[in-house]
Amino acid sequence: MKVDVSSLDFREVNDKLREQDGECTLTGCLGQRFIAAGMANREITIEGTPGNALGAYLNGADITVCGNAQDAVGDTMNAGRIVVHGNIGDAAGYAMRGGKIFVRGNAGYRAGIHMKAYKEKIPVMVIGGSCGSFLGEYQAGGVIVVLGLSDEKAAGAQGSRRIVGNFPCTGMHGGKMFLRTDAKDIAFPWQVTARPAEEADLAEIRGYVEEYCSLFGCDVDEVMNASYTVVTPDSRNPYKQLYVAN
Amino acid sequence: MAGLREGEVRIPSGCAIAAVISREGKKMTGESIMESMKPMHDRSNGLGGGFAGYGIYPEYKDYYALHLFFDCRDTRKACEAFLKESFEVVKGELIPTRKIPEITDEPIIWRYFVTPLPSVLRDLQLDEKEFVARTVMKINTEMTGAYVFSSGKNMGTFKAVGFPEDVGRFYRLDEYEGYCWTAHGRYPTNTPGWWGGAHPFTLLDYSVVHNGEISSYDANRRFIEMFGYKCNLQTDTEVITYILDYLLRVQGLTLTEAANVIAAPFWSTIEGKTDAYEKQKLQFLRTVYPSLLVTGPFSIVLGFDGGLMALNDRLKLRSMVVGEKDDKVFIASEEAAIRVMEPNVENIWAPAGGEPVIVTVKEGAY
Repeated sequence: MKVDVSSLDFREVNDKLREQDGECTLTGCLGQRFIAAGMANREITIEGTPGNALGAYLNGADITVCGNAQDAVGDTMNAGRIVVHGNIGDAAGYAMRGGKIFVRGNAGYRAGIHMKAYKEKIPVMVIGGSCGSFLGEYQAGGVIVVLGLSDEKAAGAQGSRRIVGNFPCTGMHGGKMFLRTDAKDIAFPWQVTARPAEEADLAEIRGYVEEYCSLFGCDVDEVMNASYTVVTPDSRNPYKQLYVAN
Repeated sequence: MAGLREGEVRIPSGCAIAAVISREGKKMTGESIMESMKPMHDRSNGLGGGFAGYGIYPEYKDYYALHLFFDCRDTRKACEAFLKESFEVVKGELIPTRKIPEITDEPIIWRYFVTPLPSVLRDLQLDEKEFVARTVMKINTEMTGAYVFSSGKNMGTFKAVGFPEDVGRFYRLDEYEGYCWTAHGRYPTNTPGWWGGAHPFTLLDYSVVHNGEISSYDANRRFIEMFGYKCNLQTDTEVITYILDYLLRVQGLTLTEAANVIAAPFWSTIEGKTDAYEKQKLQFLRTVYPSLLVTGPFSIVLGFDGGLMALNDRLKLRSMVVGEKDDKVFIASEEAAIRVMEPNVENIWAPAGGEPVIVTVKEGAY
């Protein structure tokens, strides 16, 4: 089912989606916010540029964006999957607590800010390109993987970028981050530990990388066969006495 | 809150900004920039919208175009008499507007094309721009009921209480042609939302549209008011405008240097610089102008004669996207706004926090 949403505002877009069962393609999307917010059990493909907070509170639906997405993709999502073939804006996966986000291109600032995990709920975000500053800020759980595969042209448009910008993992106190780099040029805060990933670490993310590669058509072994850095918080309370004597 | 104006109350911002410029100096009507604000409608709340157009007054390009709000006819008469004491006024007229139901309670809106009298400048030993800037400050501070909201050459700002797309129609921007346009949709959080408080904020040919809310307002204000600027409206964008005028026009800094003052990198980032000259310069700028560091969220577009500069705060607490197509460069809070102006836009990217994007029109084309 195809729906042209070019003349609809965000409420009407979501009303249209609620009327559908199963697969639906939105065409002519241009800036409508909150698309598919809280939705479960359906497949949605988006042509055009969805607005901020795409898939907020997502509860199981599967969203594919053919181009770029804006800010706060998957804000507080609980379950489901968001696949973006282009780049995403700032604060992707803000406080997400379940489900997966796959981005072929680059992410803006603060990707994975305050991701969290609970029991069987483990949110996952895989960024194919590079990320802006404050990646995984206040990360409390879940898994963030950054592959740094972005093509030369994309890198040229933004100057020669490292795989992440400044101040990654600021305030991180849970979860894991995997960077496909030796991270020699990246400064981490002292409250986290960054070390070369071992085989056991890589086994943890192989399934996610396989999913990324099957979505975007690249070779798993080639992507896995590189040095990875794994980052985890230092202890259970690395911020003791940062603000108060506790 | 009815009847309150900027400066009389402070309410403890999401906004929208957009801009387009032709590097070749090709003229565009205001239609495209008005359209760009539509997908970002929900970023504003109807309490302010505005635009700045550059290259729109070619027939009066050697005269300062003063745009003024007046509360009544007597104020206008008094202000005109005051202007005529020190300016040659070659033309004064109502700014043409369109009556639409979305825009109400408009003040009296006039524009004057003026040039300071040479004898006055000689007596005061001031250059032309400084004298115009001081005159703007004097009217806005001392003349109750009169407010200059645009004072550059061959440019003009147009602002009102309302949603930006309605404000553009109200001012008939489809009838103007410029090589550069900036736009703003307002969601005021600190002040009640009066016509003068809408963006862009301007002084001479500098105009600023701003999304965000800076936390250094009072520190910045105290410093800048030592140099003759008067922040009358308690809005943070006004102080950013005066800071940029001070750094660029008065202190003679380059655009990049000014960006490095207001969105200075962290000391740790400066420490990590490998280029010794750059490192020393950044240290110098932070040391000389510590009170002009602007903290808190902002994304701004500064328009000036022949170009624009887009800049995010160093933590990048607001969004900003840039795109290109042929001779044009587009900037907006959201990619969707750029795609309205140019569906086939190329090289879409998001500048890093504190990284200025400077676009200039080729020499002789504006």
